[in-house]
Amino acid sequence: MINEALLPPNVATTEWKLPSSRKVAVVCLILTETCLFSIFVAAYLFYLGKSLTGPTPREVLELPVLSTICLLSSSLTITLAERAFKNEREGLFRVLWLLTVGLAAIFLTLTAVEWRRLIYQKGLTISTNLFGTTFYSLVGLHASHVIVGLCLLLLVFIFSLTGSLTQMHRERVQMISWYWHFVDAVWVVVFTVVYVIGR
Amino acid sequence: MASQEIALPIDRASGISLVDRLHDLVVTVDHKKLGLMYIGTALIFLVVAGLMAVAIRLQLAVPNNTLLEPEVFNRFFTMHGTAMVFLVGMPIIAGLGNYLVPLMVGTRDMAFPRLNAFGYWMFVFGALLLYFSYLGAPGLNGHGSAPDVGWFAYAPLTGRAFSRGHSTDYWILSLLLTSVGSTVSAINVIATALTMRCPGLTLMRMPLFVWMMLVTNFMIILALPSLSAAQIMLLVDRYLGGHFFDTQAGGSAVLWQHFFWIFGHPEVYILIIPGFACVSEIVPVFSRKPIFGYPVMVGATTMIAIISFGVWAHHMFTVGMTSAGNTFFAISTMLVGVPTGIKIFNWLGTMFGGKIRLELPMIFCLGFLFQFLIAGLTGIMLAVAPFDWQLSDSYFVVAHFHYVLIGGLLYAIFAGMYYWYPKAFGRLLNRKLGLWHFWLFTIGFHLTFDTMHFSGLLGMPRRIFTYDAGRGWETINFICSIGAVLQAVGVLCLAVNILSSLKAGRIAGNDPWDAWTLEWSTTSPPPAYNFEDVPVVRSRRPLWDLKHPEDPDWKYEESEN
Repeated sequence: MINEALLPPNVATTEWKLPSSRKVAVVCLILTETCLFSIFVAAYLFYLGKSLTGPTPREVLELPVLSTICLLSSSLTITLAERAFKNEREGLFRVLWLLTVGLAAIFLTLTAVEWRRLIYQKGLTISTNLFGTTFYSLVGLHASHVIVGLCLLLLVFIFSLTGSLTQMHRERVQMISWYWHFVDAVWVVVFTVVYVIGR
Repeated sequence: MASQEIALPIDRASGISLVDRLHDLVVTVDHKKLGLMYIGTALIFLVVAGLMAVAIRLQLAVPNNTLLEPEVFNRFFTMHGTAMVFLVGMPIIAGLGNYLVPLMVGTRDMAFPRLNAFGYWMFVFGALLLYFSYLGAPGLNGHGSAPDVGWFAYAPLTGRAFSRGHSTDYWILSLLLTSVGSTVSAINVIATALTMRCPGLTLMRMPLFVWMMLVTNFMIILALPSLSAAQIMLLVDRYLGGHFFDTQAGGSAVLWQHFFWIFGHPEVYILIIPGFACVSEIVPVFSRKPIFGYPVMVGATTMIAIISFGVWAHHMFTVGMTSAGNTFFAISTMLVGVPTGIKIFNWLGTMFGGKIRLELPMIFCLGFLFQFLIAGLTGIMLAVAPFDWQLSDSYFVVAHFHYVLIGGLLYAIFAGMYYWYPKAFGRLLNRKLGLWHFWLFTIGFHLTFDTMHFSGLLGMPRRIFTYDAGRGWETINFICSIGAVLQAVGVLCLAVNILSSLKAGRIAGNDPWDAWTLEWSTTSPPPAYNFEDVPVVRSRRPLWDLKHPEDPDWKYEESEN
């Protein structure tokens, strides 16, 4: 009865529409993650060329062209997959989603291969010098985000196979793709900072 | 009729066994229970960290005192500072936000109730981990105990060579956990305020409390990652042999200071803006006038938040920055005084010509206004770089930030507790005990912290465990310590009041203060679902409209637009 009295005349309650909580929360999560990465990027840039001993980035780093192509194209495949899901084309969705998973896995494998080469052939570990410390921290932080994303992608794929993924979950799938785009965008920054500016 | 509605939840609660009630606390996702659990836990840590402060003051009461060993003293000021910021300030803010934001925006729970519970338990485990360091940190090799590196843990003190054992690791890991809790709770409050508002509650009709909580929580998600990142780097240094803050390998100890204060300065505003939030709700209600300059208050809060991200290095004037750096940070720091001053004038403008009722919440707000003003003035003094060179790391700085956090924030929180306790428990806090609390605490506060400015000006550095007689610091320190004991007695009055009023307090009814925001339209305590029907609002003071249908606010607010 209080609430009836609260209702003043001429209020069109039907027009009341607010943004989705889930989207706001994911945007906030992306904002806070952006701040986290910014600090690591700042540390990387601050320590560029300040290592007291070798090896230097120029000596050991090679442009990770293939893995960059893989990760960036996974952004495209996940967008197409999301669209297929929206249009209820389940088969196409699964193929594109699996493609995204595959591209992410290739990226991680190539990172592992790169690290293996750096550690065993070039003798660069996280404790070798400042470059090693900042390089493995920044690239590792990004890679850990790729791993989390990969787990989410796989989870969606499994749910899709078991049939528990329905149109009800459209927004959740969209949120995972937002996170994935964010991880890709971070890679663009990491690539520029570590392999272009820093080399 | 009204009293029956209020009595019902209490009767029902007494029929439930203790085990069931504890079980309910563990599994609950209700924003009101979680809010009260946040505040309750924080108050326990307030007592623990407060007693540490009393011990510190007793040690410093007389020269050459041997009450606390130097090592114990270092642990005490570290644990006192860390606990007060992360285990008292942050959770009280989260608790107030949790309890009040959904009620004020007219919804039934937070946007993500389970995430809310997760955030609370992360905070609890982080807090327990910090205090467990007293037992766990000596580890197998027997070095160290609780963290002893100060609450800002400057490098290289935290390096493996200087901080052996695990005390620093406990500091890092417990704060990483509470940071996760704070972050998810912040995201939750933001999502609730932005997406769960009841029909008609546009952004510019939101109670100022919700606005300020929104701004504070945005600051949390933008500032906390800086601390977390720096702590992850420190862990890499300590456990993987990294060199981030290792000066021997080219690393920089100053970088830690930058990263810490990029978080640390916004953190100060994260703590004080919720204080503003409480005051902005209480002052209008007890002056019987709507808040003066609502849109300006919103703008000033946002300005404070934005400026606060560009002032961090005023904590670092003494590390030897360039004069351009010093000038920039001195000016940006003084700039904060502008929006803050606007707020003080707006509160005064609200009171001006109002019918002021000197109830307990208002009394604490008045204390807040006077003390926060002085805290702001010493802040502007410290913003002058050459002045800061003289007084950095002296008791003047300690006096300044305790004036902000106790004289400002804690008074506002006390005001909020006296104001919203009747909503949460259905009973009013005892006025007589409340006055005892106010006067004991206020006299104690001024004895301690007014005098502390002078020991700072006389050159007494912070964090020394004792001092020689004959430096002219004895009388001042003795007065400081008496004040600390008085404050402790004041808080004891509050604790007794909170516990005894649960059963013996005067029944409050739905709206004991004749207030205007939505939380007062439901029963006290509110039912689990908050509102039977989702309310619809048309102005900034929905309950005023309800009580005065002949002269509602929306007539004026709509003609403004």
